[in-house]
Amino acid sequence: MSSLFMPPEASTHAVHVDAIFIGILILSALITIAVFALIIVFAVRYRRGSQAKRGKLPELVSREFEIGWTTATLFLFVFLFWWAAAADLTGLTAPANAIEIHVVAKQWMWKTQHASGAREINALHVPIGKPVRLIMTSQDVIHSFFVPAFRIKQDVLPDRQTETWFQATKTGVFPLLCAEFCGTDHSMMRGRIVVMRPEDYAKWLTVQPQGDDLAHQGAQLFVSRGCSGCHAEASKVHAPKLEGLYGRSVQLADGRHVTADEAYIRDSMLQPKKDVTAGYEPIMPSYAGLLDDGEIDSLTAYIRSLATSTGDAR
Amino acid sequence: MSDALATGNLPFPPRPDYLRNGRTVTSWLTTTDHKRIAILFALAITFFFFLAGAAITAVRIELLSPQGHFMTSDTYNKLFSFHGIVMVWFFLVPSIPNTFGNFLIPMMIGAPDVAFPRLNLLSWYLFMIAGLVTVYMLVAGGVDTGWTFYTPYSTMFSNTHVLAAAAGVFIAGFSSIASGVNFITTIHMLRAPGMTWFRLPLFVWAIYATSIIVVLATPVLAISLMLVIAERWLGLPIFDPAHGGDPILFQHLFWFYSHPAVYIMILPAMGVVSEIIPCFARRRIFGYDFMVYAMLAIAGIGFFVWGHHMFVSGMSPYAGLVFSFLSFIIAVPSAIKVFNWTASLYRGQISFDAPMLYALGFVGLFTTGGLSGLFLASIPVDVHVTDTYFVVAHFHYIMVGGSVSAFFAALHFWWPKITGRMYPESWGRFGAILMYFGFNLTFFPQFLAGYLGMPRRYHTYPPEFQIYNIMSSSGAAILAAAYLLPLGYLTWSLFYGKRAGSNPWRATGLEWTTTSPPPPENFDSQPRVDRAPYDYHPEGYSAGLGEPEVQNAREVE
Amino acid sequence: MSDAALLKKPWQSMARQRDAGTFGIWVFLASEMLFFGALILTYTVYRVSDPAAFTAAARETDIWYGTINTAILLTSSLTMAVAVQASTAALGFRRLIVACLSLTVALGVAFLVVKGFEYKEDIEHHLVPGLHFALAQPAAQIFFALYWVLTGVHAIHLTIGLGLVSRLALLIWRRKLVFDDNPEIEVTGLYWHLVDIIWIFLYPLIYLPGRAS
Repeated sequence: MSSLFMPPEASTHAVHVDAIFIGILILSALITIAVFALIIVFAVRYRRGSQAKRGKLPELVSREFEIGWTTATLFLFVFLFWWAAAADLTGLTAPANAIEIHVVAKQWMWKTQHASGAREINALHVPIGKPVRLIMTSQDVIHSFFVPAFRIKQDVLPDRQTETWFQATKTGVFPLLCAEFCGTDHSMMRGRIVVMRPEDYAKWLTVQPQGDDLAHQGAQLFVSRGCSGCHAEASKVHAPKLEGLYGRSVQLADGRHVTADEAYIRDSMLQPKKDVTAGYEPIMPSYAGLLDDGEIDSLTAYIRSLATSTGDAR
Repeated sequence: MSDALATGNLPFPPRPDYLRNGRTVTSWLTTTDHKRIAILFALAITFFFFLAGAAITAVRIELLSPQGHFMTSDTYNKLFSFHGIVMVWFFLVPSIPNTFGNFLIPMMIGAPDVAFPRLNLLSWYLFMIAGLVTVYMLVAGGVDTGWTFYTPYSTMFSNTHVLAAAAGVFIAGFSSIASGVNFITTIHMLRAPGMTWFRLPLFVWAIYATSIIVVLATPVLAISLMLVIAERWLGLPIFDPAHGGDPILFQHLFWFYSHPAVYIMILPAMGVVSEIIPCFARRRIFGYDFMVYAMLAIAGIGFFVWGHHMFVSGMSPYAGLVFSFLSFIIAVPSAIKVFNWTASLYRGQISFDAPMLYALGFVGLFTTGGLSGLFLASIPVDVHVTDTYFVVAHFHYIMVGGSVSAFFAALHFWWPKITGRMYPESWGRFGAILMYFGFNLTFFPQFLAGYLGMPRRYHTYPPEFQIYNIMSSSGAAILAAAYLLPLGYLTWSLFYGKRAGSNPWRATGLEWTTTSPPPPENFDSQPRVDRAPYDYHPEGYSAGLGEPEVQNAREVE
Repeated sequence: MSDAALLKKPWQSMARQRDAGTFGIWVFLASEMLFFGALILTYTVYRVSDPAAFTAAARETDIWYGTINTAILLTSSLTMAVAVQASTAALGFRRLIVACLSLTVALGVAFLVVKGFEYKEDIEHHLVPGLHFALAQPAAQIFFALYWVLTGVHAIHLTIGLGLVSRLALLIWRRKLVFDDNPEIEVTGLYWHLVDIIWIFLYPLIYLPGRAS
């Protein structure tokens, strides 16, 4: 019955959204009923020529009425804002232990890649009960990653990364849709999210074609694309070292500080002259057009792995 | 003579009215009479309304089946884009301001014309040029970006006629600005003696607030479209992500206009309804000054809520919080207006002529549409429903249920003044009721489909949404009939309708104190104003059925 | 007598008509401010996001052309202002008004000529965004994209202004238009000053970044 009015509630987030939705629904239904009831009652009672009492108006001061309902609606709406904003803020960032999935959107398909290197098209397998963080980018126009059952949606932009996350609470297959108009086959850009029990997920992962995991692919690219020529420990070129870089705050040549996150690392490969690390010459060439989004993801994963491994070693 | 003057029933005029003051086509195309220009605008927007309506009819037929049978996805995309572009910029934005605003503003403030009559005509010509470019765009093959022209799709990926579409809207923007400047100046400079700001009818206030938005927001739309044109045509990489360009910046610029544009469409509608409800309830409007402040507040805050279109765009979540807060706040003045209209019915002497039915329908639909906006202002719910049919339903409740209903209300209310003929009343009532039910059947199911997750702009869709689309499409058929019906009986009434007196509704505005149709200079003698509008009964009393005090206090000999 | 010639529909008094004309043009100028404001906002957003590329690109502009044009345009505003004052004084300064308006037109044309030379040089230096663009930084192309749009739109405004001012000069010279206290002159003047003020904002944004040292 409820499926006639609500999509399945299959994530932790969905519960919060539906609570707020139902709250506002009840509230607005009450207001609507009140307004409609008043209009109908007045329309019938005070229809032209009816015998209803009119005459001199009672001593109701209209100004106090106005101030009364203005204040009432104001408080009501500020409360609604507070409620919704609080829910929004708590769900803003993914938990630290989240599984990471890279999503690349293009006209008109979704490509997903697991940390293990397993790739899927128009599908995503995830385990139930674990937070999943999606790091997304587009190869052409703006798309939007929309899973109604999880109540999540996030635009996916070209040359930039956006993120969202969810934690599934029900096993099953749920539709994945593109919600931002992206051209001819926008409405065909659909996929499915398969939520599995953890053991099934583990099993599923093992039977995927053996791809190297992202960090290993990145390590190979790091050599084959010439990054190591400058950035390796032994290099003679004066280039920033990448060990322990990820997540650290970096001082730039113009005095600003940025955190070395995925977006920064990506920008550094594609637009190296934009944020130059303090103390280094802007000599790195741009890799825009030389690396595709998947390769950038791999390299980023490799640079991240450097952060943790060296941290452990020292 | 004196009695006739006092009631507004002037003797048979010794001069032709504005319709008969020159009968050649040239006399119409070179006219500077605001009333004739209003008619020219009305003809143009009627054409565009039915053109865009035809496009969406095809879309609704296609959506009967989840797979689509009649057209390719490209055709589908072009049809809904054409529908959006034409309905927004060639019908809704100019609809009430450029027809009824143009016709009524000078009359309501007791002036012979607008401040810049030639600029007014220029505005119409610009609009027609814009319209021609847009029709060319359609004939040449159409555009498929949606009305929002999002980059980089519009600048680098679409293979359709984006340039022509953007150019058409760009030129229409100049027409809007010209009219906006004209109305603001007219209202400031041409009010009749005694017509103080707080004696202005609320319709005048509404057009004033609208014009301020038009003048300040439209140039930003012009710039964003010009940059799209520059990028697409000249290859200047302004929003190109590969050069560090930012597609989200385009969205900011676009919505800086396009959200206030919603108020450009709805404020005039509020003005119309504020004229009609007091007249047919024979009541003073409840809380006149609050109505004025509410409109100005909507116009002002309306400039700072555009970001609620972009909660999932990748914009900073903290910016999102600010926009969310302001979006809730702007609901307050809208609520004030709904409460005041309702309160104006209390102890009235209500009659249910067609304009009143449309106006009451407006209040109901606007309330529903406005409250559905609360869902979109709260970020977590918006994330789920944005870019779905929930949003489609929401803005059609405001724009079609609101603005279009009010447009038809105004059309029936002022039809006798404009044409000098009464429309057939029972047909009018039937049309109003038909439109209300057709509308709800079309758009209410879309709220459900949207929350269930049906994205907008989908040519094919998962089959579980079919039931809602069938409901929508059947509603749309009723709605189409309800729109065509007035075209028929109003045309009929031009020839066979009962002749209208000066003041058939016994309303209080200055426009009712001159003949129907009015003379070219609007009034035979300069009106003088000595009272506030809506003086339907003595202060402190309920509605009576006596003669109202009109605003015009010309000395009676 | 001149009042009767100037009074237009729907006005009943010259003073009111003049007020309305001035008021109307100010409302229009407010609209224009938002027009250029949106462009300058776009410029600011990109400059903040990549300041290095913007300063590097700005150094490629020709500051001489820019500065000469600033001087020309400021002077043209002076001559325009004198014309307006001479008209409102209503003392029959016909030849002064015609001279000042003509000078304004001449300076405006001079601005466009200088601008033309500058454009030619920019094109020769491959400063048009596209395949053979001179600078390596991607955002430098955005700077020059905005350079062309901003100066182009400004030039269009100036050209419209030239049309309006030449019309006034011509009509007054041939005694076809009342020149004493004619609101059209003041309204045209206000528009001309807007074009000037916009340039005063554009000049530092386009020519001065990166030239401080």
